[in-house]
Amino acid sequence: MLAWTIYISFAGALVLALMPKGNPALARVIALLVAAAGFAIAIAGFAAGAGQGRVTIIDVPWVPMMGIHYTLAADGISRVLVLLTGLAAVAGVLFSWNINRRTNEFFAFFLALIGGVYGVFLSFDLFLLFVFYEIAIVPKYFLIAIWGSTRREYAAMKLALYSFVGSAMVLVVLLAAYATAGSHSTGLVNLANANLPVSFQMWAFPVAFIGFGILAGLWPFHTWAPTGHVAAPTAASMLLAGVVMKLGAYGCLRVAIGLFPHGLDPWGWSFWGIGSWRDVFALLAVIGIIYGALVALAQTDFKFVIGYSSVSHMGFVLLGLVTLTQVGVDGAVLQMFSHGVIAGLLFAIVGRIVYERTHTRQFGELEGMYLGRRLPFAAWAFVIAGVASMGLPGFSGFVAELQVLMGAWIAKPWWTAASGIGIVIGVAYTWRALQKAFFSDRLPRPDEHPKEGWPKFEAITWPEVTATCLLFAATLIVGIYPSILLNSIEPAVKALLAGGMQ
Amino acid sequence: MNYADLFRVTLPETALDIAALLVLILDLGLLRKAALQTRIMASVLIGVLGCSAAMLVMPYQAAGGLTYPGSPDLLLSAGGYTSIAQIGILVLTVFTLFLLVGSDFTKHVGEFVAVVLMAATGGLLISAGQDLLVVFVGLELLSLGLYILTAFAKRSGKSAESAMKYYLFGGMSAAFLLFGFSYLYGLTGSTNLHQIMRALYSTTANGAAPLLYVALVMIAAGLGFKVAAVPFHLWAPDTYEGAPAPAAAFIASVSKVASFALLIGVGTAAAHSLDPSKPMHVWITASLNPKGLPTYFGFSGPWSLIIAILAVASMVFGNLAALAQDSVRRLLAYSAIAHAGYILLAVAYFSRSNISANAILYYILTYGLTTIGAFGAVSLVERINGSDRMDAFLGLYRRNGVLAGVLLILFLSLAGIPPLVGFWAKFNLFAAVLRVDRGVAPFALVAIAVAMSAVSLYYYLQVLKRVFVMPPAEDGPVKGSPLTIGVLALITLAVVLLGCLPGLMQSWMATFYAGM
Amino acid sequence: MNSLPLLTIITVLPVIGAAISLFTRRHSRGVAQVTGILCLLLSLVIWIQLPRDGSIGLNELHHWVPSLGVQYHLGVDALGALMLILSALVSLMAIDAAHRVHHEPGLFFALVLLLEAGLFGTFTALNFFHWFIFWELSLIPAFFLIKLWGGPRRGPAATQFFVYTMVGSVALLLSFLAIYHATGSMDFINLAELAAKGYLQHQVLASLGPVMMWLTIGVLAGFAVKVPLAPFHTWLPAAYSEAPSPVTMLLTGGMSKMGVYGLIRIALPLFGPQIAAIRTPLLILAVLTIVMGAWAAAAQKDLKRVFAYSSVNHLGYCLLGIFAIAVHTGANVSDSASQAAALNGVILQMFNHGLTAAAIFWFISMIQFRSGGLRGIDTFGGLRMPAPVFAGLMGIALFSSLGLPGLNGFVGEFLIFRGVFPLSWQAAAVSVLGLLVTAAVILTVILKVFTGPVPERWASFPDLHGGERLGIAPVIGLMFLLGLLPQIVIERVNPTVQYLLAHWRF
Repeated sequence: MLAWTIYISFAGALVLALMPKGNPALARVIALLVAAAGFAIAIAGFAAGAGQGRVTIIDVPWVPMMGIHYTLAADGISRVLVLLTGLAAVAGVLFSWNINRRTNEFFAFFLALIGGVYGVFLSFDLFLLFVFYEIAIVPKYFLIAIWGSTRREYAAMKLALYSFVGSAMVLVVLLAAYATAGSHSTGLVNLANANLPVSFQMWAFPVAFIGFGILAGLWPFHTWAPTGHVAAPTAASMLLAGVVMKLGAYGCLRVAIGLFPHGLDPWGWSFWGIGSWRDVFALLAVIGIIYGALVALAQTDFKFVIGYSSVSHMGFVLLGLVTLTQVGVDGAVLQMFSHGVIAGLLFAIVGRIVYERTHTRQFGELEGMYLGRRLPFAAWAFVIAGVASMGLPGFSGFVAELQVLMGAWIAKPWWTAASGIGIVIGVAYTWRALQKAFFSDRLPRPDEHPKEGWPKFEAITWPEVTATCLLFAATLIVGIYPSILLNSIEPAVKALLAGGMQ
Repeated sequence: MNYADLFRVTLPETALDIAALLVLILDLGLLRKAALQTRIMASVLIGVLGCSAAMLVMPYQAAGGLTYPGSPDLLLSAGGYTSIAQIGILVLTVFTLFLLVGSDFTKHVGEFVAVVLMAATGGLLISAGQDLLVVFVGLELLSLGLYILTAFAKRSGKSAESAMKYYLFGGMSAAFLLFGFSYLYGLTGSTNLHQIMRALYSTTANGAAPLLYVALVMIAAGLGFKVAAVPFHLWAPDTYEGAPAPAAAFIASVSKVASFALLIGVGTAAAHSLDPSKPMHVWITASLNPKGLPTYFGFSGPWSLIIAILAVASMVFGNLAALAQDSVRRLLAYSAIAHAGYILLAVAYFSRSNISANAILYYILTYGLTTIGAFGAVSLVERINGSDRMDAFLGLYRRNGVLAGVLLILFLSLAGIPPLVGFWAKFNLFAAVLRVDRGVAPFALVAIAVAMSAVSLYYYLQVLKRVFVMPPAEDGPVKGSPLTIGVLALITLAVVLLGCLPGLMQSWMATFYAGM
Repeated sequence: MNSLPLLTIITVLPVIGAAISLFTRRHSRGVAQVTGILCLLLSLVIWIQLPRDGSIGLNELHHWVPSLGVQYHLGVDALGALMLILSALVSLMAIDAAHRVHHEPGLFFALVLLLEAGLFGTFTALNFFHWFIFWELSLIPAFFLIKLWGGPRRGPAATQFFVYTMVGSVALLLSFLAIYHATGSMDFINLAELAAKGYLQHQVLASLGPVMMWLTIGVLAGFAVKVPLAPFHTWLPAAYSEAPSPVTMLLTGGMSKMGVYGLIRIALPLFGPQIAAIRTPLLILAVLTIVMGAWAAAAQKDLKRVFAYSSVNHLGYCLLGIFAIAVHTGANVSDSASQAAALNGVILQMFNHGLTAAAIFWFISMIQFRSGGLRGIDTFGGLRMPAPVFAGLMGIALFSSLGLPGLNGFVGEFLIFRGVFPLSWQAAAVSVLGLLVTAAVILTVILKVFTGPVPERWASFPDLHGGERLGIAPVIGLMFLLGLLPQIVIERVNPTVQYLLAHWRF
């Protein structure tokens, strides 16, 4: 059933691309219906899959001569991420309600991207996974280049090239694994059971990890992320931060760690405490956490703050992955979901609710606008989103980061200490942004300033409210009752870490 | 051998030549006074019919081809890779002819179509030829046709200039090739590929033959010119830019297919002549002495090394040079150089079984198809805007949505984005290389190739950016004849469908090997 | 016992109240008052239902996130229940004092009620996970209450408050992660049992190496910022003085107790031996907090800052008592009795200080309202002439703060000193200095504000009117009641103290 998420999205994209232009309202409704249908299927699939392990949805030969199968399957991790994708898609469409220029094409690209993302999360054939992974690149480029802002063409090209370089590395690994395994199959399960030689895994692992890691914002390959996020139109930055970065992290987990577990073995020698690829990537992840947070602290553009915060938060995901502990990887997957929701929310607030009304994102200008009083909805939405993003308990980010940190404690305590600093800086930059944008110190006291002097902003519209509430609900539910996802994630992670994916 | 056998083997060539003569008769005789477009339609129709006839008669070819009298060695082969390449050449020729519809660069339509068909005949001969002389005749037939086609836009100075360049380079390379062939003949006493290979293995078994190296380098230079491999590529950008669009498309597709078919033929002959116990990719080796094979920087034979050097140089230089182009046709030329580089990798690591041959054919056929479509779309834009500069493509999505969609799909396929066919071709090709040899060198070469194809995305996106992202510089729709648009859409559809169902073409290709 | 999940109800009630008040703009104060009263009644019911033996009662235990060892575990003993009453009381007073919030009252009272919910949650949670949820979330309403309704320098004050507390919280969190990693449990009761048997140390040692002391310091840092302990107190004066007075009441009456409560509920049971090992430096810091707080109060010119520092001083006594307890007593009966006295004192002091400080800030808010926002000590004079009731009642509160016998402030401080002297006479001796200075400070305030000639501008300083008197009278009454009959509280607190001490190991 879950496979229909993919088909529906691509069909929707096709319909929108071929539909006669000039009726943006219809395009919106179609896009919303398609996204909602995908989300509904994702929920139904998630509910139906509860308590089950990996369920194969379809498995037919695709390129028989090369042993490539069209294999779609879902385990707990996939189901959670598909759910996230559905959520992000619906919210993205709602936050794009005001797109009036080339509406059809916008939603066509949007749904094509979504379809690709669904595909990646459901593919259990490495080749198929790669195909969907690449399908997602092109719509991103056009979404940013056509509907973006601030240096959009540069950012779009940078994003496309980074993604493509990353996928080129993945392709090399894919080819090499295919040739080395000699099993004449690219099924993930077959490859994982192919007993690839350790020496091969030792070089394939880092190449695959970096290849996917580029898209996950792995420091120092993250530089596409802030520019891309900033330039992208709201829905696209929501998707970029919300699900596309997760594609990278998912690939790191499913492919790099799942297929080449021995690539994480110690080298047998160490240099300054770094004795394996695991240490290397943990170090990069920790640097990413702290670096992203520090840079976010210094930004003057509101959206850049969120952009860099994504780098920092994705650092937690990557750190969780390389802890290789049950709890750490659980946390990483949960953090994928959580960051997907929260970052989406933050980008929506900054890019849609605020920017579309103020037409500036510079703190210097926002400070004089008294947004805390003029856009109370935005302000309080940002407070909640910011609090969630900081990892305050009660929201999904807390449980996720908590588990990552626990995993890190088990693996290497100093990782935890270093990421603790990242959390503190995270609080600082979120709070700084909050204050500068909404509750500026230049804000006069309520009794000192009449409300009438300000020009009215356009009222908050229903799609914005609906989507915001949807995302709030998601982060709150997961924050208060994380078992809802963890019950599904845990067995899958356990199976994956046990090696050989059953 | 008797003439009946020869006739049966050369049935497709005959069909094409008859069609060429019919075109000339019809166009110069009956339709002298008719309107240009009518003549084009009539000529194209006959050309298409000729190609179809050639394809229809292929099953009646003598199975396995034509051998020398009293010898098992083939003179002209049929079936297997030869048939695939020949069908490919014919199909691509059909598409090229369709590009002629609506164009007005010449009044001599009949001659154009006839030359195209004759050049295609040359291509068919090259694909089938197992003898150096037949190959050379085929090459010259093809090349001469190409020179003429390049110069066909008589009103355009560029056309003449590029034809002259092409001709001079081509003549020179033909001389090199002939020189190399003559050395081979001198070394082995035969002009048959199979006999040459066997002789080479035995004569070089006790030591390297310097003359062989000279011969190989010469031949590599000659063939490198045909496939536009660096450093023998200099004609390509000018020719692609100057030649009329159908001619350029023909050069980019049909002539490439024929040239790579020749390389496959050489490789297959070598592989089949070699002791099956030896590693699959060791061919045209300088030595088979028991002490082990000499290695040349990790390559097991001089031919592999030479081809690999050409491959790397082509894909690196082709892609980097394409970055700097402002003319879309030159961009396509450099990208063609790069693509040739990728394919040469599989030639350098050629396998005894038919994986390499199939991978190369798959690549070159789909590439040919895509590139014909690209040239068709570019020429449409060029006809309206009078230029093939990048800026001529500004805002195309608004001026002709279908054409913009066609460009999107075709260029992305060239860049190797799945699920389009260009991606499968690349994957198939690289997988074939790695399945032949799992050493460090092939991994490194494939890594370079993959990295370079990442670079290529940049320049393809540069064009697509202008098509989709930037606003149009002038208004007014870009219109093409419905037939042209239809053909382009058909090509695009094929690119998508073959990409989504890559097994289709592979199993189709497999049927040709069934009887062998 | 009781099938009603009272502790859950008392936590959820203010949240519901907050939601309602958010949408009832003009009547939001009424909603808040009703909610506050209901909460107070409920907390009294809880107090009555406490188990007599001093153990933890009214347990609610459900699975929550089993994979993380997280359970929904609520329960209170006398300490917790007393804090619930205090929180309910202080919140109600704060709501009462905030009758002049004109700007977005709905939001204001919603935040106040959320803060109250945070306090309730913190005092009832017995699992680190959701204890931490409330601990952190109570920050958010506090921050915005300061940030949006505070004085002129509210921005930096709010930020400083927030960032300090967050840094402490992260240290706390990381330490608890380590504990969880070592033991697989986050339940305070479980962990306390482990610690009492000495297993906790060994498990941490086995899985993480010799980091127990660092974990202790991390946990202490989290609490020290909140209480605050010198030198982590620097956020406090700015936050207290910039916050609107009702919020200051909540900060000092409720939130500062979260830190002390944490020390008693978490730090001492889990890290007894480690705290005992660094007892001397901790005592020095506690004494420093007392003395420094008192001296700093003496140097202030602003009423709110005076009492901000005086709060630091008063909470210093709690810290003094807590750290003094942390000593291995063995079979020494008199030491055990001293410990019991000190802990009783600490708990009473928490309650009394909360009550008194809240009352004082309530009066200050009245002064501010009547004077148009002024609150300098030297600005006023002779207020007892125009406003005798006001002066009288505030005087009572001030004397209670000073520690006058017969009023509630005295009992706690007396018990603390009674306990601390035998345990660490040096610390007690130096702390007496603080006691003296505080007395001087408070007397100075009384002299300057209430006595002397009346300046012209204050000649018609309005006295408390009926409603206000009605509001504060019960509080003043309670001060007397607790001062005269402390046993009504001690009889419940003492079993808990005995129970706790019996389960602790230093």
